[in-house]
This record gives sequence, structure tokens and C-alpha cells, in this order.
Amino acid sequence: MWVIFKKEFAGYLYSLIAYMVIGVFLTAMGLLMWVFPGTSILDYGFADMSTLFNTGPYVLLFLIPGITMRSFAEEKRMGTMELLLTKPLTDWQIVLGKFGAALALVMVALAPTLIYYYSVYQLGSPTGNVDTAGVMGSYLGLLFLSMIFCSAGILASSISINQIVAFMMAAFLCFLLYVGFDSLSGLPMATSWSLLIKQLGILYHYESLSRGLIDSRDVIYFLSVTWILLMITKTIIGSRQW
Amino acid sequence: MSLEIHHLSKTYGRQQAVDDISFTLREGEIVGFLGPNGAGKSTTMKITTGYIPPTAGKVLVHGMDVVHHRQQVKRVIGYLPEHNPLYTDMYVHEYLHFSGRLYGMKGASLGQRVKNMVELCGLEKEQNKKIESLSKGYRQRVGLAQALLHDPPVLILDEPTTGLDPNQIVEIRNLIKEVSHKKTVIFSSHIMQEVQALCDRVVVIHQGKIVADDQLTRLLQNGQSVQTIQIEWDRPVELNALERLEGVVSVTEVRPGCYTCVSQTGVDIRPALMQFSALQGLALLSLKQEENTLEGVFKQLTNSQS
Repeated sequence: MWVIFKKEFAGYLYSLIAYMVIGVFLTAMGLLMWVFPGTSILDYGFADMSTLFNTGPYVLLFLIPGITMRSFAEEKRMGTMELLLTKPLTDWQIVLGKFGAALALVMVALAPTLIYYYSVYQLGSPTGNVDTAGVMGSYLGLLFLSMIFCSAGILASSISINQIVAFMMAAFLCFLLYVGFDSLSGLPMATSWSLLIKQLGILYHYESLSRGLIDSRDVIYFLSVTWILLMITKTIIGSRQW
Repeated sequence: MSLEIHHLSKTYGRQQAVDDISFTLREGEIVGFLGPNGAGKSTTMKITTGYIPPTAGKVLVHGMDVVHHRQQVKRVIGYLPEHNPLYTDMYVHEYLHFSGRLYGMKGASLGQRVKNMVELCGLEKEQNKKIESLSKGYRQRVGLAQALLHDPPVLILDEPTTGLDPNQIVEIRNLIKEVSHKKTVIFSSHIMQEVQALCDRVVVIHQGKIVADDQLTRLLQNGQSVQTIQIEWDRPVELNALERLEGVVSVTEVRPGCYTCVSQTGVDIRPALMQFSALQGLALLSLKQEENTLEGVFKQLTNSQS
């Protein structure tokens, strides 16, 4: 698994995908947080980072499918899937290696935004007047959300041989999981089920974490959705054996 | 027994790709797996490597079942898939290191092993290039180096020389010959000369069934039991007169004065033809026995059933 992880991560670095992702993410977040008048913290006047945590997921919604779209689609198109599957590796090792590499790249892109936290901390009046617990909870939420997006992206890539199709499927799946359920719960005919439907989506749990309260139910939600998506991926990879 | 295939069958949907084939390979044997395209060669090899499961029957590698002991089997097999897929964005030595690590090799011993393989496969000059910039012949060498890296006792090569130019074919062939000592090798091909150059035994497969499994020399002898002779005289003769000769089964006219005669099984018709020309007072210009190559045997075997 470690060997696959390293190979995949090196692949991101060689193919410039990594620099694209990091560059685009940080540029977008930097502009949104500090420059664009509508969302800028400087205009807003409150020392909090909600801009990052509210708009970040939408940026990731497009970036993560871009990272993961090639993971399996490319291997299948090049025929290297056969090579990989005839090496002494289990299907889990391959899936987890690829998942881990994608997640690691997202974390590298996220890490520099900690500087924003430091800036906001210094700008607070008095200095340090910022909801640290809320920020840390939100970071954790963003990390968990990235896990689900990465596993959804890898799943889409394992279904399709075409990278564009994989990208679109992944983006749609991420969108559905992130806000789709939340919006569906607002339908008039769903009133009696509304809370349940809402709880199926990521947003409900993400918001709960961003309040700074790390509830084990939310953690379990994120981990189990990730696990289910990876399990489906592993099953698809193994389906050649049927 | 190094490799045993017992009553192996594989169906893709309705299509029967491999139909109840069985053969075994002794340790150190090198066997050519021959058949026209779509005969089931690659399918058999993919099952042997554990990539896809058989529909029926079983395959044992060093006594281990490929379905139940897939991970262990994969360790003793070196596999070069058809069309030789490679990570083209990697450098040659990087790719070989990656392959080695997948087999749990590391550190100095891996470095040494990669160095040996690079030398063996003649990749010294190319080892710092990206795979995408290599010619097809060198890519094939990288594929072979990858298959040999963990020193597997069983080597499975699926059409290792397709798409190469004649010089490259000879080079790859020599390379296979060089590395095949003390290894059990099975390689598929639809090129006869290759099999003649490399191995002692051939398994011929056609439409999913084995049509021949024998020593090469014996296969050629069997094919020779029917004589095909091309004879040329200075003037035309009647076809009927030739057909009436003892032992002659059929005669075809190539051009006036030149005929191809096919004999009955096991009969030498050359004396009769000489006698005929003497009696008729013909001047014999040439008499040529068509050599029975593996190509002919192959055609004979694969045509008879279709």
C-alpha cells in the first residue's frame, strides 16, 4: 500500500496536477478571504474564518474530482491495471494507496491556509479574539469532507475508462452528498422525513463540527461514508473475478 | 511439475474462449504456445497469472492453486502482458525500483538487482530516460526486465515480439533464450520461426482447444508423412497420366510443364516420377520437395477443424 501511495503521490507531482491543485485552491481562497469585497474578512469586520469553511467545500467539489479522475481510469486505458493486479498486491492495498495519495495532496493544499488563521488571530481585537475551537472543528470537518470527496472521486474513476466521465460523475456525486440531501430535505412532500434526509448529507454534519463540538456521531458518519465508497470501489476492482 | 493446467475452460458471456484444455510444464522447460489470433492464448495466460478466474478446471503453479493462493502464486510468476503496458511517465530505473518494491525488495539489494537487470536487458544507455521516449524494442526490454526483476521461477510472456522490427525480434529472442535457463517459460506467439528458434516443445491451440502438444521435431516429422513435390519438364504432359502413377493422390498444374504432386501418406513418389520421365523421354528440369515447415504443420492443424 505504501509503495502505491508513493507512486501515486509522485505521479501527481510529476504531472503538474499537484501544483495546479495547490495553486488554484490557494488563489481562490486567498481572493475570497482577503480581496473580493463581498466575502473579504477585512470588510466583514469580524475575526472569523467562515469564508474559508463555507466556500472551501465548493472549490474542493471541483478540484478533488480533478485529482482523482485519472487514478483508475488512466490505469485501465493504458492497460497497466493488468500489470498492477498481477503483482502481489491485494485490491485493498491498491484502493487505499490511491485514496491516501489523493487525500495527502488535498491536505498539502489545505495546510498553508493555517497562515490565515494566524492572520485572523493577530487582527482580532483584542489580539487572539477568535473562536479557536470553532476553527479547529471546521478544519477537521474540511478534512473529513475531503475524505468523502476523494473516495467518491476514486469510485467514479473505477467505474469509467474515460477521465472526463469520471470527473463529471465524481463532481455530481460530491455535490449530491454535500448539498443535495440538504436541499432535498426542504421539499414539501418530505417534511416528515426531512431531518433524516438532512442527516444523510455532509452539510448537516459539517456544520455541526464547525461549531467546535466534535460529536462522535458526526465522526462516525464521515468515516462510514468514506468506508462505504471505498468498499464499492474495491468491489468494482474485484469484479473482474466474477 | 512447475505448471499444471487441468481441464481449463473459460466462457465470456456466450463465447467459449478456452474449452477444456490440459497440459503440464516440467521445471526448466520452455514451451511455445501457438495459435491464431483469438484462439484463447491470452485468456489462458491471464488465468494462469490469477488476473481472471477460470470458469471451470484449475491451474496449479508450483502446486498452488491460482484461485485459492492468488497472492503466493503472483510472487513466483513473472508476467509480460500482451501489448506490454507500462507507466510511460516514469523513468526506466524508477519504474524498475517501483516494481521491485511491490515484491518487497528494498535498499541495496534492490538497487543491485535493478542494476543487473538493466545490464542483462541492455538498458544501460536508456535507464535515465522516460519510458514514453523509448522505442518499442526498448520498451519491450523494460517489460522483460520488470518480469524478471524478482527472479521468478515461472515466466509467462504473452506475445513478447509482436510489433517489433526483425532486428529487435532477434534481440528479444536472444534475451529470452539467455534468461530462460533454469526457468519454466511459456510464451505465446503466432509466429512460427520464433517457436522454432526458442523452444523444444509446442502447444498448438485453436478455437479454445489444444490441437497439438508435442516435441517440435516430432511435430515436423508427422507433418512430413505426406510428400509435396514440384516437378518441371521441358514440355507439358497429360495430367491424367500423372495421376495414374502409383502413390500419387492429386496433381495440380502450376504452368504448362510444371506440376505439383501430392503423395499418399508414407509413400515416396520420387522414383515413380523419375521412371515416368524416362519412359516418356522427357527432359527433367527440376524436382523439388517442398519442405514441411512448422508453418505448414500449423496451417494443417488449424485449418482441419475450422
